[in-house]
This record gives sequence, C-alpha cells and structure tokens, in this order.
Amino acid sequence: MSSVKAVALPSSVVVEIGGLPIRLRCDDPSFVLQIHERYAGYISSSHDASFDFNIELAPPGTASGDEDVSVTCNAGTWLMKRGDFRAQFNPATTRGHIEQTINPFSLDSVLRIVHTLLLARKGGFLLHASSAIRNGRAFLFSGVSGAGKTTMVRLAPPDAALLTDEISYVIPESSRYMAVGTPFYGELARAGENLKAPIEVLYLLAKGPENKIEEIEGTAAVRGLMENILFFAKDPEFVRQVFDSACEFAARVPVRRLTFVPNTSVWELIV
Amino acid sequence: MKLSRYVARSSSIAARGLGDETMVMSATNSTLFTLNEVASEIWNAADGVTPLDEIVKRRVCSQFEISPEAALEDAEALVENLASHGLLLISHEPIFKQGNSFKELA
Repeated sequence: MSSVKAVALPSSVVVEIGGLPIRLRCDDPSFVLQIHERYAGYISSSHDASFDFNIELAPPGTASGDEDVSVTCNAGTWLMKRGDFRAQFNPATTRGHIEQTINPFSLDSVLRIVHTLLLARKGGFLLHASSAIRNGRAFLFSGVSGAGKTTMVRLAPPDAALLTDEISYVIPESSRYMAVGTPFYGELARAGENLKAPIEVLYLLAKGPENKIEEIEGTAAVRGLMENILFFAKDPEFVRQVFDSACEFAARVPVRRLTFVPNTSVWELIV
Repeated sequence: MKLSRYVARSSSIAARGLGDETMVMSATNSTLFTLNEVASEIWNAADGVTPLDEIVKRRVCSQFEISPEAALEDAEALVENLASHGLLLISHEPIFKQGNSFKELA
C-alpha cells in the first residue's frame, strides 16, 4: 500500500547579510529553494527578520535586459528598477515588494541596492573590493573591474578566509570599521565566508612591474574610496551620507596604493 | 565702479575639510572637487553676505603672498568655475539663508 507523505514546501526564507535579516517571501516554492541555494551560508535559522520583502515572479521573457538601474526615493519609499526587476522598499514600514524574473541574480542586485540604502544610514557602505581575513584582521583590495580584486584573493595564502571577491561589506562598529563576508561574488563564483573582522588596511589596486605599497592620504584617499563605493541612488541626502561615511572611513582606516605583480609574492607585503 | 559680488555655498553639496584641502561633492551628480588651501579659505568664507573682494582681502591676501588684484582675479575665476558646477551661488546682492538653502534676493 502506498502512503502519501505531506511535504511542507517553503514560502519564505530569511537571508542575513551583515547582521541584517531580510525575509523573502515568494509563492513559488522552487524559487525559494533557489534562494536557499544561492545564499547558502547566509540563511538565518531564526524566523525573525528586520525587513520583509514579497517577491512576485514575472513570466519568462518579460525582462528588458538593456535598461540601466534606477534608484529614486519618493515620500520615504525607495523605487528600484532595471530591465529584469522593479522593486520598492520603505525602510520605515520595513516592507518591500519585488517584481522580477525567476533569475536569482536579479534578486542579488535588489539586495545589493537595499543594503547600500540601509548601510548608508549606519555610516557603512558596499565597496567594489575583494576582502579576506588573516590573523584576525581584514584586508580590502579595491578597484574597478580588471584591477585584480579576484586575483588578490586567488593568490591569498591558505590561512586567509575569503569574505568576497567582488563586493565588500563595510560597517562601523564601536570605533572601528568591520568587514563582513557577503554572498556577492564575481569571477570566483563562490560566496564569501560569513565572518567579520576589523579592517586593517584598504588597498587600492594597480598592476605594475613590481610589488610596492604607497600611502594615500587626505582628499586622494577619499577620492579613491568614493570611486569604488557602490551607490545607485541620486537622492541628495543619501549622497551626503555616503560622502560623510567615506570621509570618516578614510580618517580612521589606512588607505594605500598596492601595485602588484600577479603572483603569490604580493601577499608577503600584506601584513 | 565694479559691483561687489557675493558668494554662498549651495545647499546641494557635501563638503569636508581634509588637512589644508577641502573636498566638495555635488549631491546632484556626485562629482567630486578638491579645493587647495587658498580655494578652501574662499570656500569656507562664502557665507553669502561677505563681498568676495572682502573675503580675498581678509582670508587670502593676509595669509598668502599675492597682490590683491591678482588674488581677486583668481578668486573670481574660481567662484565662477564652482558656480558653473552648481556648488556656489554668485550674486551682486547678499544671499541670505532661508531654512536649509540660500535664497538670492533680487
């Protein structure tokens, strides 16, 4: 005699990045399972969440891939859109809604934007940078695409813990800045470890004929930092928050230019 | 007789002094500008009610070895450049702050 076993399919999942739990609800259990897989290591076992997003899946073929991302604020509600998603989020009500295709990378983009908005209020930011922890200290390697972010973490010694090869999560804590692991990845196609550590140095990457480190101070440090901070919103208040955060960070964390030859010898300088 | 010019920092900017320099960011298009020591003096004194020639006299000529004429000429070029990027307001009348923004009086 055959038995019928009831299986409860998930309708929501809590993704916690940087200590910020966000519940994602979707009527399609297969997509919720995809989210589970995509954000493995960042799924909270708790049902508590600071923010709730409802995801509505658009039929396949409705995406317009060439539309640039747009983030605007209207009466406290952030509106985010690109060819493959439209989303809104009100931090005051803690609620959001996402219309997107079934591609989990669309959700990835929405989450990056949401975290930039929430981090700005706390004096933190997302940075185009790879990062790794070594001996309890985090090192960030920042630069545009092709600067060597992924290369630096690929060359890291075995005792280094990868936080990300693409988007570093920076948040002030007490009088320090912490780097937190993220599931946001680049060429490495591997999520970072869900760890955090105080940031020792931010390196701005440049490839060259020899390994060398140069101090960068004052306005040059802020400029180098601002060039690599992710911020999508053009809202003046938000821009001011990000600028202030960059200035505070540059005042407290050493910023250095790291020119390097892409081999493991570069890590001898990272101390 | 040359009319006095008044300058005021726009409300659509973020600015921070870093050492002798000042970094200014346009909040409308996120463009960054770095002001050197002399330009920072003028920037910090741009309160909308002190004439530019007075700012130059008090804040530039008193600290830097430069003739008043040359300093004013440089200052005018500077403020026009900053105004063209929306960072400063320039007027022949005092510019008073209303709420969080400066208002030019006609």
